[in-house]
Amino acid sequence: MSLLQIREVSKRFGGLAALTNVSYSVEKGEILGLIGPNGAGKTTLFNVVNGFYPPTKGEVLFKGERISHLQPYQICRRGVGRTFQVVRPLRRMTVLDNVIASAFLRSKDKAGAERIALDALQFTGLVEDRGLVSKGLPLGKRKKLEIARALATQPEMLLLDESFAGLNPFEQNELIDIIRKVKSKEITIMIIEHHMKVIMSLSDRVVVLNYGEKIAEGTPKEIGNNPLVIEAYLGEAESA
Amino acid sequence: MKKFVPLIIFAALCFIPLIGLSSYVMHILVLVMMWSIIGMAWNLLGGYCGQVSFGHAAFFGMGAYSSGLLYYHFGISAWWGLPVSVPVLTVFSLILGFICLRLRGAYFALATLALGEVLRVTAENLVKFTQGDLGIMIKQRTWVEKTWYFYIILLLAAGCFFVIKKVMESKLGYYFVAIREDQDAANSLGINTTLYKTIALCLSGVLTGIAGAFYMNYMGYIDPTTVFPLYDISIVAVMVVMVGGVATYWGPVIGALIMVFLAEVIRSMPGIGVAHMTLFGILLILIIIFLPNGIVGDFRKMIGLFKPRGALK
Repeated sequence: MSLLQIREVSKRFGGLAALTNVSYSVEKGEILGLIGPNGAGKTTLFNVVNGFYPPTKGEVLFKGERISHLQPYQICRRGVGRTFQVVRPLRRMTVLDNVIASAFLRSKDKAGAERIALDALQFTGLVEDRGLVSKGLPLGKRKKLEIARALATQPEMLLLDESFAGLNPFEQNELIDIIRKVKSKEITIMIIEHHMKVIMSLSDRVVVLNYGEKIAEGTPKEIGNNPLVIEAYLGEAESA
Repeated sequence: MKKFVPLIIFAALCFIPLIGLSSYVMHILVLVMMWSIIGMAWNLLGGYCGQVSFGHAAFFGMGAYSSGLLYYHFGISAWWGLPVSVPVLTVFSLILGFICLRLRGAYFALATLALGEVLRVTAENLVKFTQGDLGIMIKQRTWVEKTWYFYIILLLAAGCFFVIKKVMESKLGYYFVAIREDQDAANSLGINTTLYKTIALCLSGVLTGIAGAFYMNYMGYIDPTTVFPLYDISIVAVMVVMVGGVATYWGPVIGALIMVFLAEVIRSMPGIGVAHMTLFGILLILIIIFLPNGIVGDFRKMIGLFKPRGALK
């Protein structure tokens, strides 16, 4: 059985159909890339999976259990962590406190939470910066902090929303290493990304959205040669 | 060493009644401690959890009236109001939380502001139950001397300080601050924001209610305009924390000290009268511009303001 099943999910905001009948599954242990032009509904889909929006139609199943219509904190407790496209660290807390706050989900006492938090910081290479107040961090580290925070909730599945946007090539490579390490811990990953190089090298499979509909699904190679995908990104051949 | 500072201050305060200060000075000290409690309570909800309330008079008045009504209707000592106000305020905060905590930011503040006023008007008009504007008077106060009142409020304030410190060092504290910083992010990190905001509101409400119950016993008289006012309670509660330092342990205490003394000084000046509100307003503006984190929060910066310029070069 697939870890996450998205079944005919539609989401409408008034008259605007942000998602229409999207269905696909994410298998345990894989990295699934979610791509599509701006406004294709990628983040909306994340928000549906994560519980910020209930789907207008359809349902989302995690480990066979229906999680759509649950609150985000309940979904997180069941093992789905996420990061945000616009990084949202708890600004006036230190890096360590940020991660401790989310580690309390899996620990009753503070000592335990701190242990989990330090592990997550070690994992993302932020241990040195644990005493800094997070609003002063550079973007690259804030993105890592987002991942550390999500990891501290000990998820089985991680949703990464454009973790690479705005990073320099060096930081990108660091982050690719971190994501591979996350995968080796048997955490399933669904990632939204615009960087083709990143998505093609990281993903096991790719799903493409355009105007809220799934237009293709397959291995990175298949996607790269799919005419529909090329059209969505580059426009129709005739009009180009 | 720093760990013992609260204990040392507590011990020092225990000896104050033995010095034999005038009853006026003792009165001021009792008020300072009462306001510290209200300030600490407001700080828990507004400073740490980020839910700014302009209606803490509602909790204060509810506490005072639970005490006063027990005395008035059942003829038992108004001191029972201290324990009784705990369940009363818990239930009240739960109901309030259910209604108001769906709102965020300024909308929550406005809802609480309305709430204080609603309770005042209610207390004024439920004449059979609350005596309306006649108020409730305790015919014989427990003590004439201030000494015991001083010790009682000192214990309550110390207890309040201790509770808040413990709360803020626990999981609750981390969750409150996480909610203040970003509610949606907190939610997606597994924090049940509604639940924890309600807990903060209950704690804050109960602590403020206890201060109210003490007020009833201490002053011996309450009426709707003295315990439910917007200006003299709700706004002053905000000011105590803003002046002292938002989201600091000692801020509300320092703020209470300054605000109570200031109110007394201004009151003793001839020809000012109600204009003291204007002065409070000006003070608040200055604080927000120059010391946005209050006296405790911006202590270093404040010292810097008084240092000769260019000393660093």
